[in-house]
Amino acid sequence: MSFLTDPRWGEALAHLPDYLGNHVRVSLAALALGLAVSLPLAILTRNRPAPRAILLAIASIVQTVPGLALLALFYPLLLLAASVTLAWFGVSFSAFGFLPAMLALALYSMLPVLRNGITGLNGIDPALIEAAKGVGMTARQSLIMVELPLALPVMMAGIRTAAVWVIGTATLSTPIGQTSLGNYIFAGLQTQNWVFVLFGCVASALLALAVDQLLGLIEAGLRHRSHVRSALGAAGIAALVAATLVPTMGRSSQGYVVGAKTFAEQYVLSALMRDRLQTAGLSATARSGLGSSVIFGALKAGDIDLYVDYSGTLWANQLHRSDIKPRAELVAELKTALAKDNITLLGELGFENAYALVMPKKRAEALGIRTITDLAAHTSTMSIAGDYEFFSRPEWAALQKAYGLSFRAQRQMQPDFMYAAVASGEVDVIAGYTSDGLIAKYDLVALEDPKHAIPPYDAILLLAPKRAGDERLQAALKPLLGKIDIATMREANLRASGNDATSSPDAVARWLWEKVGGR
Amino acid sequence: MVVTSFTLARQGRVSASLSEMPSKPAISYAHVTKSFGSLRAVDDLSLDVAEGEFVAVVGGSGSGKTTLLRLANRLIEADGGTITVEGEDVRGADPVALRRRIGYVFQSAGLFPHLSVADNIGITPRLLGKPAADIAARVDELLELVQLDRAAHRDRLPEALSGGQCQRVGVARALAAKPRIVLMDEPFGALDPLTRDALADDYRSLHRKLGLTTVMITHDMTEAILLADRIAVMRGGKLLAQGTPAELSKSEDAYVLELLRTPRRQVERLNALLPTSGAA
Repeated sequence: MSFLTDPRWGEALAHLPDYLGNHVRVSLAALALGLAVSLPLAILTRNRPAPRAILLAIASIVQTVPGLALLALFYPLLLLAASVTLAWFGVSFSAFGFLPAMLALALYSMLPVLRNGITGLNGIDPALIEAAKGVGMTARQSLIMVELPLALPVMMAGIRTAAVWVIGTATLSTPIGQTSLGNYIFAGLQTQNWVFVLFGCVASALLALAVDQLLGLIEAGLRHRSHVRSALGAAGIAALVAATLVPTMGRSSQGYVVGAKTFAEQYVLSALMRDRLQTAGLSATARSGLGSSVIFGALKAGDIDLYVDYSGTLWANQLHRSDIKPRAELVAELKTALAKDNITLLGELGFENAYALVMPKKRAEALGIRTITDLAAHTSTMSIAGDYEFFSRPEWAALQKAYGLSFRAQRQMQPDFMYAAVASGEVDVIAGYTSDGLIAKYDLVALEDPKHAIPPYDAILLLAPKRAGDERLQAALKPLLGKIDIATMREANLRASGNDATSSPDAVARWLWEKVGGR
Repeated sequence: MVVTSFTLARQGRVSASLSEMPSKPAISYAHVTKSFGSLRAVDDLSLDVAEGEFVAVVGGSGSGKTTLLRLANRLIEADGGTITVEGEDVRGADPVALRRRIGYVFQSAGLFPHLSVADNIGITPRLLGKPAADIAARVDELLELVQLDRAAHRDRLPEALSGGQCQRVGVARALAAKPRIVLMDEPFGALDPLTRDALADDYRSLHRKLGLTTVMITHDMTEAILLADRIAVMRGGKLLAQGTPAELSKSEDAYVLELLRTPRRQVERLNALLPTSGAA
């Protein structure tokens, strides 16, 4: 299939008004807030070296925090703040999506604005400030009529840098629930949809360039006292805002929001559930690419209405349990525990997506390794790779303890690249997922866990507290329960990892629905 | 040429000294002190500047002459003593209002680079809230007064002007709000000699024509003698001597005498080097 006629371009384009609109809104709001805080600070500290140094140091430190981490930090921070305001004032707010993204990005925008603001204001010839005083200006008049106009080019350069940074970094706000152009990139990376990755990158780069040029036009206008140019630049920014606000106007009610974590299986399942709801005549949208630490909180707070999680994950992370129970028993106990938070565990989908230690089948056979007990004898010369969270999860500690594993080296990897890495011998063992289609594709084997160190990971469907008694919703979802076995899910995941039009989450979701008994 | 302007200036002074009378001083310093850290920039200094008078304050760098000038419009605040401007103690005056009614010409002009010549000149009337039409008319009047071509210079930015033109704009700006007093901080120091001489002469006639009181600081005794009615000599924050050049020459202070000898030596050297017919 030709690259340019790939139907995924059309699919990507269909998402553009939503993704671009949200991206522009969160970026401009963050930039506006950043400016509203930084410019007065730059002005206030212009003649005060000590506070100025402290301020710049803080802003520099903020800048060294990676964008993704800063965004991720704001979620628990706001969650805490929300619980405090709820306890003290009886009001709460959503710690999900727009607010944490905007605040983190605003913080991120401060350094260039502050630094250039301060540099610009301090770089003015002292003789001119003296002259401003001498001709009879008040301190305020001197600031407005002389210092700010003279510092303007340097300040504008800082604002332009901040704008480019914020627009670029905003692509990372997808995992904390803020829709952005990053949705293309996260979804594309997880489902190996390079059309989406490319589309997201190009769109955000073009947006950054456009805003930078418009700000440049305003700057040139101000510098050359050309009102035409300033007005053109301002009109361009206003048009951009209007263009991105209008299409999303009258769509304030999104209906049911189906959440999905950041991997292919979740994208497929959320598309499947969204389709089920829409078929049942319910309005529904998918909110994909949410961080696995964010998504449960988002459900609890009602920011999303439903999603699929895995029993063992909640068992360890939410109930903080390290004991292991049989599959059905664990789900039953989890259901009771979640009910205390008014979260409905509607039921199991049928398959398990457990962590498993995976290695090439041929090598395992050659070394006579069938179980993790067999593997333990070889680990001192082997390296292991896992996803970003695996090595800090209790399952890893439990595995090491139960089997006495001690690997020569451990590495963290993007899940999709792990399988290729172990297949090529880059690493010896990976902590893979049992439902992953790539196990079959690369001719790998999941080692048995005779000591049951890894808990069961049934895929379970969860509903937000506000949907507890929603019978239409539950009726629409019931046909999925118990219908998806591990073989079916593996095949679906394998399809989703392909790199063509039939591998989009939507297409795979349709295939999956046909497979589990739909029409 | 130097000798020519010297003669003209002396004639100017004769008319000024005729009107000399014990009126209230335009600016009066009484036992004024100002220190910066351990440095005594102005040390128990008393000096009166009469209305209509042109006083030059002469001294080397670090003599405290710039500090003395800036004390008058409160760009610098005195530590002790009393300064009055037109009879009013400056400590009781609003510093911003005070600066708006005293013209100030800065060393190397101090023009705002982002404002046109017209906007630079009109700045103080604008700060005083004068109507735009009045300001525009005043700007045209001043451009003519300082002999700048209106059409060619009005809307230019300072970067497009020569040094001499900049200082003419600086003088126009100082005069825009029709001050009775003008303070000048080494106004002509950075200009080439020809420009400097022409500009100094032009200012001298403006001073007379507009009935201004002018205090100019300079390190150049020749310039002081040529322009001023009276000269005050400062060193180490103290006033060493004051008076007309003739009165100064009676001073017993070695530094003052040395300062006075320099222009004379220059004239003698010039007369020796140049054919006498050139000085006619």
